[in-house]
Amino acid sequence: MSKTAAALSAPGPKLIGYFPAGFPTLAESVEAAVVMCEAGVDVLEFGVPYSDPVMDGLVIQKATEEALANGFKLRQLFDAVKQVTSRVSKPVLVMTYWNPVLQYGIERFAQDLAASGAAGLITPDLIPDEAAEWLRVSDELKLDRVFLVAPTSTDERAAVAAKLSRGFVYAVSTMGITGAREDLDTLARGVVAKVRKADPEQQVAVGIGISTAEQASEVNEYSDGAIVGSVFVRAYSQGGKDALAAKVRELVAGLKK
Amino acid sequence: MSESLRDQTGPYFGEFGGRFVPESLIAALDELEATYRAAKADPTFRAELAELHKNYTGRPSIITEAKRFSEYAGGARILLKREDLNHTGSHKINNVLGQALLAKRMGKKRIIAETGAGQHGVASATAAALFGLDCVVYMGEVDTERQALNVARMRLLGAEVIPVTTGSRTLKDAINEALRDWVTNVDSTHYLLGTVAGPHPFPEMVRDFHSVIGNEAREQMIRDFGGLPTAVAACVGGGSNAIGIFHAFLDDEDVRLVGYEAAGDGMDTDRHAATLNFGKPGVLHGARSYILQDEDGQTVESHSISAGLDYPGVGPEHSWLKDLGRADYFGISDAEAMDALKLLSQTEGIIPAIETAHALAGALKLGKELGAGSTILINLSGRGDKDMETAAKYFGLIGSK
Repeated sequence: MSKTAAALSAPGPKLIGYFPAGFPTLAESVEAAVVMCEAGVDVLEFGVPYSDPVMDGLVIQKATEEALANGFKLRQLFDAVKQVTSRVSKPVLVMTYWNPVLQYGIERFAQDLAASGAAGLITPDLIPDEAAEWLRVSDELKLDRVFLVAPTSTDERAAVAAKLSRGFVYAVSTMGITGAREDLDTLARGVVAKVRKADPEQQVAVGIGISTAEQASEVNEYSDGAIVGSVFVRAYSQGGKDALAAKVRELVAGLKK
Repeated sequence: MSESLRDQTGPYFGEFGGRFVPESLIAALDELEATYRAAKADPTFRAELAELHKNYTGRPSIITEAKRFSEYAGGARILLKREDLNHTGSHKINNVLGQALLAKRMGKKRIIAETGAGQHGVASATAAALFGLDCVVYMGEVDTERQALNVARMRLLGAEVIPVTTGSRTLKDAINEALRDWVTNVDSTHYLLGTVAGPHPFPEMVRDFHSVIGNEAREQMIRDFGGLPTAVAACVGGGSNAIGIFHAFLDDEDVRLVGYEAAGDGMDTDRHAATLNFGKPGVLHGARSYILQDEDGQTVESHSISAGLDYPGVGPEHSWLKDLGRADYFGISDAEAMDALKLLSQTEGIIPAIETAHALAGALKLGKELGAGSTILINLSGRGDKDMETAAKYFGLIGSK
């Protein structure tokens, strides 16, 4: 079983936290990632800044734009991941839009990723239909690969994503982009159910729009974990790594109640 | 070339095209494809669109022989396919009417669109008014400034224009914002994409809706102008007007197809939008195609005086035609385009859009290469009224002198 799947299938509610690599600088993003793991996230999602992030809301757009403006380069990613994985034992997944991987070379990217100690990749704009080479390479290197299932996915597509994902399936809670929402859509339950029906053994975590401990708790009642991003990025933007740690602890404490 | 290039459909044009989009959009793309395939086979739909072309847009568009302009083109005969005479002033209306009919078929009451120069936004706002749909147009903030007149037109037509302030604040970012809107509102909303880029089925479908340009032109050439042209020329940003006029001629092996990209400050500078000349294959806005990008796959900002060509990507079918060698793509600088704009205005009394002026400048060069006795058919894709402010500034036309 993948390390990520093992972490998510352990008893109790789970929190998956996102932070962009290179934000605001590479060194600070490494510190932030370590702080999040120490403060209690179960899995870390380290994001790759990209010029055209169509799945992201303004908070993450601004952060990744700043990372790029501050000189983030793809080759630094692997060193940053290595620094994180050498200091914490939590599984670290890299979340990236597909073009940076394509330009780096799928095979080379995967090899460097594996060498950095990362568990695998979350690919928001790569659907299984277009992923032939990534499927082959990730099998060879035993890397996790997380595909998304949306409220609009058919049962057939959900089943394919469930079958091909390793680590977990990313259930998109609502129709939209990243960013906090007050009412978490009940659509999320339907998405998780679709994946469960296709593969009861597969881990499913819910993301998009989760901002409070209450929402994260609720999501954990019917899934294997809550994915939180924008709220952490905002906390960091407002109060640095102390505010970030406090926000992670707040959500974790809420979960464990 | 034994196989028909004209018969090529999506999702792939060779290694280009596909669907590199969030899973959330797949259902909508499937619905759109199914609706389009059904409509294409439905005589009622075809009749409805033909009627709109005839009695709303004013098709067929005429071909004008540019005799005085030809004198500057090495003696080549220059013919202009007058898409500028379409209602709303450009070729964009061809695709918009087709997609608006599809939106109606899908029961979607809201359309969203991206726009660069504003031509596609104006056409979309027009169709929304005609069909009683809500319309939101995303436009880069830089473009809302340089194409202010079109912003006013869209608003007068009842559309909401949202300036996009992220990234390079041009067409690329307007598409990002439209995609974000679509992901969020996909149940109620059709994304009326304005060019032959984007995820399948857009490149194929938008091409089909614009293929009326080449289909008419090919017939007109044979009937009224003595046969097929030596070459067909068009400007290329995303590539919709070019593919529209190229498509009918793809299997005419003797007809040269030439696209002109925006070279901005020049082909020897890094400030240009010449994607097919300087880009590398990659994924942007849902399709694999040539892209202006750095070694990390970050999109590089494009530069052009023309908002409509200021785009670091290009439709996948053009990438395919380039690699096949069926079409050639060259760069035209801002200065060359503006000179051609002035020349056509003063030799023919036709003020073209700055986008279109790139094709005209290209034809002047091509004419010299092909020489007397050759015929060049240019897609005169849009009129230049929207560019008066840019042109006035560029040529210093306003003031007491």
